[in-house]
Amino acid sequence: MDAFTTHTGIGVPLRRSNVDTDQIIPAEYLKRVTRTGFEDGLFAAWRKDESFVLNNPVYAEGSVLVAGPDFGTGSSREHAVWALMNWGFRVVISSRFADIFRGNSGKQGLLTAIVSQDDVELIWKYLENNPGTEISVDLVARTVHAGEIVAPFEIDDYTRWRLLEGLDDIGLTLRHEDLVADFESHRPSHKPVTTPA
Amino acid sequence: MAHALEHRNAAAEGSQREVMAGTLAEKVWDAHVVRRAEGEPDLLYIDLHLLHEVTSPQAFDGLRLAGRAVRRPDLTLATEDHNVPTTPGPITDPVSKIQVETLRRNCEEFGVRLYPMGDADQGIVHVVGPQLGLTQPGMTVVCGDSHTSTHGAFGALAFGIGTSEVEHVLATQTLPLKPFRTLAVNVRGELPDGVTAKDIVLAVIAKIGTGGGQGYVIEYRGEAIEALSMEARMTVCNMSIEAGARAGMIAPDQTTFDYLRNRPHAPTGADWDAAVAEWTSLRTDDDAVFDAEVDLDAAELTPFVTWGTNPGQGLPLSASVPDPEEFADESDRLAAANALAYMGLEPGTPLRDIKVDTVFVGSCTNGRIEDLRAAAAVVQGHRVADGVRMLVVPGSAKVRLQAESEGLDKVFTEAGAEWRLPGCSMCLGMNPDTLAPGERSASTSNRNFEGRQGKGGRTHLVSPLVAAATAVRGTLSSPSDLDSASRPHGQLASATTGEA
Repeated sequence: MDAFTTHTGIGVPLRRSNVDTDQIIPAEYLKRVTRTGFEDGLFAAWRKDESFVLNNPVYAEGSVLVAGPDFGTGSSREHAVWALMNWGFRVVISSRFADIFRGNSGKQGLLTAIVSQDDVELIWKYLENNPGTEISVDLVARTVHAGEIVAPFEIDDYTRWRLLEGLDDIGLTLRHEDLVADFESHRPSHKPVTTPA
Repeated sequence: MAHALEHRNAAAEGSQREVMAGTLAEKVWDAHVVRRAEGEPDLLYIDLHLLHEVTSPQAFDGLRLAGRAVRRPDLTLATEDHNVPTTPGPITDPVSKIQVETLRRNCEEFGVRLYPMGDADQGIVHVVGPQLGLTQPGMTVVCGDSHTSTHGAFGALAFGIGTSEVEHVLATQTLPLKPFRTLAVNVRGELPDGVTAKDIVLAVIAKIGTGGGQGYVIEYRGEAIEALSMEARMTVCNMSIEAGARAGMIAPDQTTFDYLRNRPHAPTGADWDAAVAEWTSLRTDDDAVFDAEVDLDAAELTPFVTWGTNPGQGLPLSASVPDPEEFADESDRLAAANALAYMGLEPGTPLRDIKVDTVFVGSCTNGRIEDLRAAAAVVQGHRVADGVRMLVVPGSAKVRLQAESEGLDKVFTEAGAEWRLPGCSMCLGMNPDTLAPGERSASTSNRNFEGRQGKGGRTHLVSPLVAAATAVRGTLSSPSDLDSASRPHGQLASATTGEA
């Protein structure tokens, strides 16, 4: 997982609340055997509507999604996070995230920034008046910068530390590889192995 | 495991860990802690990691993207089960084919041992591990499959994990885990004849509900559990997840040791003695306290069947389809009404009058040799009823060979049943074995969810004994409903008692 300190990219205003993971990626797109390529299923149902925000070419390179409250509810599928990241998103801004989605995002390095709904409204207006413009997210200072707007955001300390250090769960565990090796050196000899007996 | 956490904190401070009482689950947990730190989950070592074709591809892809290796291929084993056809010939479904081919490529690239279709040791992942002697008491066992709880029958702490966790175990052979709570399910007394492990676990789920085990590791205890064979214990632990529990466990004893001795991967010589000495200590201390307890009287149990669309919607076979209006709880009432509409059942219909189209004997719940023996003993000398299709799918290639050496395949085929190749098959219908819309099955599998065995299919969960009797009569039945006079002899039938 890459370390995350600040990110500047095109902001995408998604004026919807309760965006569930079935909307983020419908079940029919879950059959792939890789962790990449899920961008084709991202918001698949909504993208059939020509007026959907991601169909506007100015947002093609969008990397900061600004959404309504209760983002990522429903099914626990990790594919929802993969789909957003495969598309190119590094940050989702919302006033409230579903727990499982937020947990899955932290594992994969997608920043979920909790911004007050009042500030989300201001950022939406700014982006709609300046389509395709970039906004900045500073994880060190925990602020979002959109034009003149400076909005603070919340994120728990443990997840923030992991993102700043670029540590996914596996990376974190590998920091303690010496402890794993030490444990292995003390395992009883009668424990089985799967290789031919 | 709230109080277990207290034990662990005490242990971390170097206080009197040895003298404090613990449950079986806590003892296995404590023996696998690689790292413990304030405010963080415990890092647990994993002794055995099982893989299959459906939940592993993205995990391997993740390793590849990060340039990581599998830390312990020698503690990792893969088998092809969910997608495989149970009739001879190659996989025809393109998506299934890609998943199986991907597993083969990944296992080769990362050096993981794989039992592919056609191999003498291929089979359902939860049948293969125990049969090879790889599942042993006191181990931690994980797999990207919720029925990993099966392996708890050996006194192992075994549970299902998600794809990111599969990747984590592949890369590190460990998992960061938050502690569980402990639930004792005490099944006291002796089971009546014709009542089996499946009936016990269906009754437990009906009693505590599909969410009753949430957050818990269940330990099954009591005389009725101790009297069960290993295979029957696996049936019980297998369905722990249907009560919402993370895992189910049974303390190892002489039955466990006898099952394991001389299995291909069981310890030998001095290692065997050391192992048995360690395994013998894996018992819940007399003064240990569970976070919750549930009691069942084995003598009151009878053959159990489900009538609805979750495994908690079950009743004794002698009962009738319930009236949703009789449920006190509003959400139960609604769930029952929806279930009856989906199942096409009228309140008040005796369960014994429900006619089925299909009988499925197999799955990680009831696809082992004892299950097949029990079902064969019931159908022997009978014919499968007109208009009923009976599928018998062994849990593994070894089970199939064993059954054939005992002539069970002949018993089934002479009765008019289909004798198939091993795999998960109609339990979840990822291969071509499915119910047609509106078709009804009596199934020895574990989930009666809407559409689980095929779109629009209707599932009644039953034991192998009830499945076999149902195949003969065409309606939900127990062996006692069959005319025993029509049997040529009762030799095989006697083998059913206390088994399955």
